[in-house]
Amino acid sequence: MRDLQPQAGQAQVLDLARVAARELLAPSATDNDRAERFPEEAMRHLARSGLFGINVSKAYGGLEAGVVAYALAVRELASACAGTTVGLMVTNMVAEAIARFGDEAQRQRWLPGLLSGAHAAASFCLSEPGSGSDAASLRATARRDGDHYVLDGTKAWITSGGRAGLYLVMARTSPDGGSRGISAFIVEAGTPGLCATKPEDKLGMRASVTTQIVLDGCRVPSANLLGAEGDGFKVAMGSLDGGRIGVAAQACGIAVAAQRCALDFARGGRADGAALSEQQSTQWLIADNAAELDAGWLLVLRAAALKDKGAPHSREAAMAKVFCTEMASEVASRALQVLGEAGEDSRHSAERNLRDARVTRIYEGTSEVQRIVIARECLKALS
Amino acid sequence: MVDFDLTQEQIMVRDLARAFALKDVAPHAHAWDEQSRFPVEAVKKMGELGLMGVAVPSEWGGAGFDTVSYVLAMEEISAACASTAVTMSVNNSLVCDPLLKFGTDAQKAEWLTPLAEGRKLGCFALSEPASGSDAGAAQCFAELSADGTYYTVNGTKNWITNGPDADVCVLIAVTERGKGNRGMTAFISPMPSEGLTVGAHEKKLGIKASSTSQLVYSNVKIPVSLRLGGVGDGFKVAMTTLDGGRIGIAAQALGIARAAYEASVRYSQERMAFGAPISQLQAIQFKLADMATRLDAARLLTLRAAMLKDQKGRHSKESAMAKLFASEAAMWITTQAIQVFGGNGYVKDFPVERHFRDAKICEIYEGTSEIQRLVIAASALKEVGA
Repeated sequence: MRDLQPQAGQAQVLDLARVAARELLAPSATDNDRAERFPEEAMRHLARSGLFGINVSKAYGGLEAGVVAYALAVRELASACAGTTVGLMVTNMVAEAIARFGDEAQRQRWLPGLLSGAHAAASFCLSEPGSGSDAASLRATARRDGDHYVLDGTKAWITSGGRAGLYLVMARTSPDGGSRGISAFIVEAGTPGLCATKPEDKLGMRASVTTQIVLDGCRVPSANLLGAEGDGFKVAMGSLDGGRIGVAAQACGIAVAAQRCALDFARGGRADGAALSEQQSTQWLIADNAAELDAGWLLVLRAAALKDKGAPHSREAAMAKVFCTEMASEVASRALQVLGEAGEDSRHSAERNLRDARVTRIYEGTSEVQRIVIARECLKALS
Repeated sequence: MVDFDLTQEQIMVRDLARAFALKDVAPHAHAWDEQSRFPVEAVKKMGELGLMGVAVPSEWGGAGFDTVSYVLAMEEISAACASTAVTMSVNNSLVCDPLLKFGTDAQKAEWLTPLAEGRKLGCFALSEPASGSDAGAAQCFAELSADGTYYTVNGTKNWITNGPDADVCVLIAVTERGKGNRGMTAFISPMPSEGLTVGAHEKKLGIKASSTSQLVYSNVKIPVSLRLGGVGDGFKVAMTTLDGGRIGIAAQALGIARAAYEASVRYSQERMAFGAPISQLQAIQFKLADMATRLDAARLLTLRAAMLKDQKGRHSKESAMAKLFASEAAMWITTQAIQVFGGNGYVKDFPVERHFRDAKICEIYEGTSEIQRLVIAASALKEVGA
């Protein structure tokens, strides 16, 4: 380890995120959570500042800033509003998938618009009611019909469903072949046969809208096939691989917000005649939060730095995700304990942070999947 | 720039320590533990290799490497034998470090050089029978003679690692009663000395091959030329020293934890149950995954603290985090390791029983986990805009 300071370009992205977090997200985070309101305008602002394509080439309107910068930005934004941030993260994932797996015509067709606020979000459609962690068993189909594909099936837990302008959909082009029979498509909003169901009523991330996406004879031009037929699983896994670092950074942001609450409250509150901050019971909660937050963030930075270098990082990304997401739940829970009864009050973010943290242990690969990945790597390394 | 890579030099130091640990330490660790035998030969060889003064500049007899290299070397030695590692850690962090930072050139020439070269062994005396975490409540008293040429020391120091084998002690004593932390002064206390009795070897739960004893001072005379730092600076010397020492103990914990983890991974691939290696069971896989993750997190915190020390930045909080997290991770990981081994983990035929016993002390010495939490909380509460 030689240095942990962001370099100039990374610091610029962090500043951008910091301003957006403070001015665009923080003021309405509590209200958006309560009202389950998707912050359409804020999302378009974020797009216009380049934050929908943090890792996409500047030629298409992105920031081209790398994975460390992405982690820095996500942590900052999530500390203000994790719900808005997850919409941004999924959009980044789709933008990167188009940049990485799309041909030049596809990039030109979709990226400049997406990265300049033409859409409020993009969605990633992999999971289905019957397949989450076991993504290769998905059942949605894409049947070739002339110069079109016809998509049928149901996609579940789709972030920004109904609000996104572009949907990256994984569907089966071959009835057998497991993961090799899957292909990836970009489906534009408004395509007949694609519709979002009523939003899910969620525990947390309520500023993000989550729906099913029902594909019913949805005709998509074959020019919308991303990569080759059969590449869909590769596209999905390649996207999730970076996504894990993003979710880990998001969890860190949630934990940062919760710890901030705990610190503010401890500095001001009193119990039994003494300041809360002078009581060891409070100090212990704060100390454990601080140490675990730093440990988690270092795991994120390490995975991000490896990815930036193009080095193998699946073990490190999985470690970052499982540790940080579980840490965020713990940290938020301890913060709530510092606040006591006041923690129930939504004027403090801690209770929202606790609710928001929970799903990070589930989406983009559950904690269980991360542990399987880590164990596999560990056993390989010492066999 | 965010850069987690090691330098060529750091990799070289780590590899050197690893080769030595595998060849000259690991094969004996079990026996040394069984016999509570101080590893004299290994300590001597570590001196020859520069491992007793890793981060001491070469002009003072050290190897001239950085704190990150020290941490890497400590982890390697500790993975082989935690007792040998703590002997190394005390000499490096608690003796060489304060001499380098607070010593005069004359003191460095006389004491630091032989210590860093491994020709002498050092110990550090702060705790007393009635004061551990509450170091400011120490009683051991050093009284300046009327002519101002020497101090007379009386009192008892407790739990002194290397005590029975040391040639010199960095001693923290009270020089002005009633002033608490500001009434303490540090000394270089040569051993043996008239009036200085080294107590019996403590019989310990773990790190049994390291030597631990009381030091009883009874009218021991120390010339003023061996005062380390200014009068009244003793608490500062002690705390600054421990900020560095905690990085060493974090690295020791890492080594113990890594040894237990690696033993568990290997064992899981050999041990059969229900017709297959237990490594194929999620119950075992998930333990291994969590062990590996905590180990990596602990190592990153430790390397960060070392890096900050090398950059001459403030690192009290980061050292405390590294020590707290790594020592608790080591306790947890060694507990899980025994669970992976099952009944075999509970007997001395397998190494994880020793790792488990060795891990516990990391949560206690050089600042208990509780003291680390106090340091971290105070620091977090002070930070503005956190």
